Amino acid sequence: MVSITPLISPESGSLELDRSAALSALESMLTIRSFEEAVDGLFARGLMHGTMHLSIGQEASATGICVALKTTDYITSTHRGHGHCIAKGADLTRMMAELLAKQTGYCRGRGGSMHIADTKTRNLGANGIVAGGIPIAVGAALAQKMRNENNVVVSFFGDGATNEGAFHEALNLGAIWDLPVIFVCENNKYGMSNSTELSMRVDKVSDRASAYGIAGVTVDGNDVNEVYQAAVAAVQRARSGKGPTLIECETYRWKGHSKSDKNLYRTKEEIDQWKAKDPIIRFQEIILQNQLVTQTDVDALANQVRETIREAIKDASAAPDSDPAELLSSVYREVYNG
Amino acid sequence: MANRVITYSEAVREAIAQAMEADSNVFMLGEDIGIYGGAFGVSGDLYHRFGAERIRDTPISELGIVGAAVGAALVGMRPIVEIQFSDFTSQAMDQIVNQAAKIHFMLGGELSVPMVLRAPSGSGTGAAAQHSQSLETWFAHIPGLKVVLPSNPRDAKGLLLAAIDDPNPVIVLEHKLLYKTSGPVPEEPFRTPIGVADLVREGKDLVIVATGVMVSRSIAAADQLKEQGIKATIIDPRTLSPLDMSLINDAIAASGRVMLVQEAPKHVGFMAEVAARIAEGPALYSLLAPVKRICGMDIPIPYAPQLEKAAVPQIEDIIAGAVALMREP
Repeated sequence: MVSITPLISPESGSLELDRSAALSALESMLTIRSFEEAVDGLFARGLMHGTMHLSIGQEASATGICVALKTTDYITSTHRGHGHCIAKGADLTRMMAELLAKQTGYCRGRGGSMHIADTKTRNLGANGIVAGGIPIAVGAALAQKMRNENNVVVSFFGDGATNEGAFHEALNLGAIWDLPVIFVCENNKYGMSNSTELSMRVDKVSDRASAYGIAGVTVDGNDVNEVYQAAVAAVQRARSGKGPTLIECETYRWKGHSKSDKNLYRTKEEIDQWKAKDPIIRFQEIILQNQLVTQTDVDALANQVRETIREAIKDASAAPDSDPAELLSSVYREVYNG
Repeated sequence: MANRVITYSEAVREAIAQAMEADSNVFMLGEDIGIYGGAFGVSGDLYHRFGAERIRDTPISELGIVGAAVGAALVGMRPIVEIQFSDFTSQAMDQIVNQAAKIHFMLGGELSVPMVLRAPSGSGTGAAAQHSQSLETWFAHIPGLKVVLPSNPRDAKGLLLAAIDDPNPVIVLEHKLLYKTSGPVPEEPFRTPIGVADLVREGKDLVIVATGVMVSRSIAAADQLKEQGIKATIIDPRTLSPLDMSLINDAIAASGRVMLVQEAPKHVGFMAEVAARIAEGPALYSLLAPVKRICGMDIPIPYAPQLEKAAVPQIEDIIAGAVALMREP
């Protein structure tokens, strides 16, 4: 069992002014980066099969949102979901084991990269269907409201999902019932190869909020503190019964959509421009400048994260392979007797 | 009050009310189920008894509604979704097929979806092709879903209460022609087990396996066949997934002749599965004649009454089928 230090919300109200909160956010982003670089490497070496969708370059949105959540709050995630999972506190060894098709993985090897859920950290699951998790988040939020529980539900999705009917139906239901749900669009500019310029006529994804009478805001998704600030406002709105918010985090995925992507639809220049806006480097520079941390702190943290990921790979690799003999279990949940 | 007689829709309503009284996690959501009382009047006065929170009217938004039910179920609620016509489940298929059905297995057993989806099914109301289908095979083909087709008021109540208790997604297809039919229904809550077929009546000459409204048509046919000296066993599987073949196999062993009756189109229909299971044995060795299927035509359901009637099996079709089967060598 190994996961990130639980994210700490800054007493000062800013991730850029509070040492322990800054370090926890940095650890989260570094862990996401390191985990995904590691699985990218394992895949390249033929040690991991199937496909996966990497969020390298998008670590600030997963982290900034999750800092603003309580441990009892829920999330739904996407096919590009490692970051959400890690930021919410998932066990990195079980995640790695799942990707390595092991019996000890989160899904016992049945789901792989796209289907990790974690009841302990209230992650209701990544989802292989674009926009599939958005109505589910609305339903989980409806349950919170009906039971008078003060939890919020965050639904992560990409820009592509906002062209799906499920997005529009879910936003409408969340709006009319004033549900404690926060819709977080990680706009990385492309739904697979289809750019936002080609796929929508609105300037901002957040413009779509007005169609449903809810708050919509666009933030720099590579600025973890800006994401966090928007999340705090949305969480407060949701918890106080004022309904949903659509937060658009403008960001970029450095890697291709999945393992079949040859990057034919975008230029190297564009990718390099966004790499220059690396959310991790930017945040490190700010907190170094603000003298919250020293370079030694940052280096030590980076080493610690790399070691953690190495351990997770080692432990996961040693676990037994997922077992065809139990394939017929858990197709249905057994009926309770009594 | 064992002999109390109520209608099929009253039985459904009573099951929902009793489940809601027993468990505050049970709630209902769907289109026009509130003040309107449901397109077929099933929810009736439930809105006035339980309020707008738990008898939750929704916009016309099937994908959103089913998705919301999946999400609520994932965190411990017991939602009952009413889809106004089973045809409209096509709008919600992602949530039914890719989400509800798969979450438990795909996520390694971490979560489950104790959701009930009720929908009126079948033809006979002059509503034409988009409001009259029998889509049970779609759902029965998806591992992870349970599918029940109550054919009488008693089972409508018992199967629904069992479905609400079940920790899995259960699709309950109610037949719209049955809503106003009456029958004896125990007043107290009871469960009709999911996955257990019903021996409707016994007769030595042939076995009729029928689902949905075809069960009552088969009973009417069997009454007339009896006058011709043909005595039919009738079996109602009640649950399509999981399917209980034991009664069917035993009955075929006794009579050697079987006729499979469904309203849905014949091609790749549910009864094709039943026929295949018979062919896989052991019942095959008892057959004195080939398996006979009496099914809907392979066409969309038409509007005109004479066309609609001709498109799906009627009592006389079942009688003719049985007579022909008895003439087989």
